[in-house]
Amino acid sequence: MENSYLIETRDLVKTYPMGEHTIVALDKVNLKFEKAEFTGLVGPSGSGKTTLLNIIGSLDSPTSGSAVVMGRKVEGLSHKQASALRNHHIGFIFQTFNLLPVYTVFENVEFPLLLLDYSAAERRKMTMVALDWVGLADRTRSKPAQLSGGQSQRVAIARAVVKKPALILADEPTANLDAENSHHILQTMERLNRDLGTTFVFATHDEKVIDYLRRKITLFDGAVAKDERMEPQRPGGEKR
Amino acid sequence: MIIPKLALRNLLGAGLRTWLNVVVLSFAFVVIIWTQGLYEGMNAQAERASVDAALGGGQYWQEKYDPLDVFSLEDAHAIVPDSLGAMIAANRATAILVVQGTLYPKGRIHPVMIKGIDPDQQLLSLPSHFLKTGEDRFPALIGSRMAKSTGLKVGDTVTMRWRDAHGTFDARDVEIVQVMKTIVPSIDQGQVWIPLDRLRILAGMEEEAGLVVVAQGALERPEAPGWVFRDLDFLLSDIKQLVRMKSAGAAILYFVLILLAMLAIFDTQVLSIFRRKKEMGTLMAFGFTRGRVIRLFTLEGALHGVLAAVVAALYGIPFLTWFARRGWALPEAMDSYGFAIGEKLFPVYSAGLVVATTLLVLVITTIVSFLPTRKIAKLKPTDALRGRMS
Ligand SMILES: Nc1ncnc2c1ncn2[C@@H]1O[C@H](COP(=O)(O)OP(=O)(O)OP(=O)(O)O)[C@@H](O)[C@H]1O
Ligand SMILES: [Mg+2]
Repeated sequence: MENSYLIETRDLVKTYPMGEHTIVALDKVNLKFEKAEFTGLVGPSGSGKTTLLNIIGSLDSPTSGSAVVMGRKVEGLSHKQASALRNHHIGFIFQTFNLLPVYTVFENVEFPLLLLDYSAAERRKMTMVALDWVGLADRTRSKPAQLSGGQSQRVAIARAVVKKPALILADEPTANLDAENSHHILQTMERLNRDLGTTFVFATHDEKVIDYLRRKITLFDGAVAKDERMEPQRPGGEKR
Repeated sequence: MIIPKLALRNLLGAGLRTWLNVVVLSFAFVVIIWTQGLYEGMNAQAERASVDAALGGGQYWQEKYDPLDVFSLEDAHAIVPDSLGAMIAANRATAILVVQGTLYPKGRIHPVMIKGIDPDQQLLSLPSHFLKTGEDRFPALIGSRMAKSTGLKVGDTVTMRWRDAHGTFDARDVEIVQVMKTIVPSIDQGQVWIPLDRLRILAGMEEEAGLVVVAQGALERPEAPGWVFRDLDFLLSDIKQLVRMKSAGAAILYFVLILLAMLAIFDTQVLSIFRRKKEMGTLMAFGFTRGRVIRLFTLEGALHGVLAAVVAALYGIPFLTWFARRGWALPEAMDSYGFAIGEKLFPVYSAGLVVATTLLVLVITTIVSFLPTRKIAKLKPTDALRGRMS
């Protein structure tokens, strides 16, 4: 049954040397995620949410322990294999957007597709669909510098979902969004989750996000403090 | 395919920053080619002037003649053989006799080469016609550098001493009839020109010569026993040697110019690449491998060089062509460069120079972009994403 998990961590530890001390960012984290989960990591600032997302996303490697993502041991991946995993299967939404500053909104969202084998016409279609989801189809030519924080956030979200990856790792995706936009985006994500079976893992403080979650994992000082299954609080979300 | 596309997109997307770099680089291009062209033009001109004024189409040397060995001059004269005599009679060659001597300007001793030349010759640009005076005067022609170092002016009389064919010293006064402004040092410094006939008599060397200059364009090279033909390659070899020495200096200038341009590029390139650490992290997060990141950023930097070449061509070609046509009137002071320089300098741009400069700039922009990129691409994606300089 092991292979049925999309993500599985075993005694995952991440420490950072800090002078004479070491900072323990993750402390023996054991978690299993099934395909098509809609899960949030919550916990106070510094509790290790971003660190865990980074390791799952193969952007970072653990100090000890193991993380298996889609059947691949993250800590054993070569640089190229990790790149390929991210390229094909993972979409990131960063806490700090990380839009490419010289590209237009369209080019930013199209970017992940350039690395995959899509024709220009397919790319254009998929990009416009993603921009439609986040309500920015009319801003294709803008540059990131011309966007508000919330708009940038939405471009970052469109960029993460555009290639319809199996796994989307979203770090505070709604931090800069107003209530209306937050709900709209979350509903879009829910639909992707339901229609395509996309797995979402969030790191968040936002109550609005938490309301949509079906599983909530609370981290505290790098360790799993609580792991709860829950019913989405937002009936509207399920219906749409 | 995607890398060049993205590189171009980044480059054009960066707008002003890109164009600033490109303009600085293109400026370096044009200045390098311009200065080197001037320099090559200077050399070409020096050679041409030497050929026109002194070397002609080549020279027959009496077999003992060696301008670098003053002591050999004693024996370096012989009767001009008939084969060369015929050429001289047909105005296709002219004889020069060289005798070692001394001038005594204002009581000072000034060793010279006394050179006898036919005042009627027209084969060399050397203005020997000034030596056409009556028998009552004894004319001598010197160059402006010689005039400066001896303090002699037109109209001055100076005592000249020489050693004749029998080894006996004799002396007489000569009159400076002209100071010629020439750019060829070899007919100027330490040289006194007098009519050939009179030198032959003074030295007791009737019908003799030390060398026979063949006209430019005269193709016949008759046999002349006891005489050796020296072609222009040989005769220009010391000029070329000098050029080569001066080229070392020019190469340094070239290098400094390139370095300055590179500094500008390096500065912006390194700064921008470090500033774009986060961007590289983002690319990696979306599945760019290290190699791809390096290729993208390196190509982007190299494209600066390509754009600069294009921009440089846009204004450089018209400018350089105009300049080559118009020439450059040199300030007087340039003469102290000690080189043969004409009144107007016409730059010469060789294809080699243009190609070499372009390649050099391209290679260096590429390296300058590659090095910092490689450093950042080695980071873990998370470290790059953090984006801070370190
Ligand atoms: N590169 C690093 N070097 C040193 N310490 C680090 C590094 N990255 C993270 N940490 C530390 O690891 C711990 C966990 O950080 P992490 O960013 O995962 O927290 P977080 O839960 O995402 O917090 P927030 O809610 O503020 O985003 C923190 O104490 C942080 O200071
Ligand atoms: Mg975080």
